[in-house]
Amino acid sequence: MRNLIALASGSLFGLGLLISGMVDTTRVQGWLDFLGDWDPTLAFVLGGAIIPMAIAWRVAASRGAPLSGGSFPSKPDQRITSDLAIGSLIFGAGWGLAGLCPGPAFASLSFGGWEGLVFAGAMIAGMVLAVPAKRLRLSAV
Amino acid sequence: MIEQSFIYGLIGGLIIGSGAALYLLGNGRIMGASGIIGGLADGSARSEWRERGLFIAGLIGAPWLALLALGQTGETHITSNPAVLIAAGLLVGFGARLANGCTSGHGVCGISRLSLRGIAATGLYLMAGAISVYAFKHILGVI
Repeated sequence: MRNLIALASGSLFGLGLLISGMVDTTRVQGWLDFLGDWDPTLAFVLGGAIIPMAIAWRVAASRGAPLSGGSFPSKPDQRITSDLAIGSLIFGAGWGLAGLCPGPAFASLSFGGWEGLVFAGAMIAGMVLAVPAKRLRLSAV
Repeated sequence: MIEQSFIYGLIGGLIIGSGAALYLLGNGRIMGASGIIGGLADGSARSEWRERGLFIAGLIGAPWLALLALGQTGETHITSNPAVLIAAGLLVGFGARLANGCTSGHGVCGISRLSLRGIAATGLYLMAGAISVYAFKHILGVI
């Protein structure tokens, strides 16, 4: 059950990323190009994605547990940490530079050519490097 | 006049949100791409490898099958500059994991539950992305 739901969710995510244009780096960079020839498409993507998810959070609040058991994730500590701020700035810089974020990087792997593979490989390396970096920061404070 | 890309964006967005809603209501999980991929890459989510592996299989496989069925080829228009690809990939992966989320986790799942952290992260990465595009496109001319 859990595995089937995960496969279906991932498939919907991938299809949505393909249809919406999130896998097209020129569209993403056009959306971030506020001072140039701005492309508002991604506002529709984010807005569209938030609607079903906002309903899902409401349903989750009125239900006891997820379909396959367990519990719903509790709202994490809402403090804006330096990791959150610095990490988001670093992530955004890379997102603008190449025009891909983690979901679309994977959704486009089957047709993204060697460039997509190099980007995804570097992205995974960056993810692994973040583990010791977080540990160092924790031990420094 | 409404551009066609807006309609595709909205439909695609609704499908993305449906995937996230299914993952939450079905498995009680946040659909965050960097968390799902990163947890597998760094070994912190070893006990969930099957569930996450299948999520990723759908994420890669569904667009592949859809394009195959439609007889179309996908196009990312990504740069062919290896230095840019590697630098951007490292920044995206490192930053998203440090921040504990990316566009899907903080953006879609966070904003929709009015999470202050999700809203703050989204504001910051949009700002950094805009500065990055301005610097690398309009000043340096790299992209």
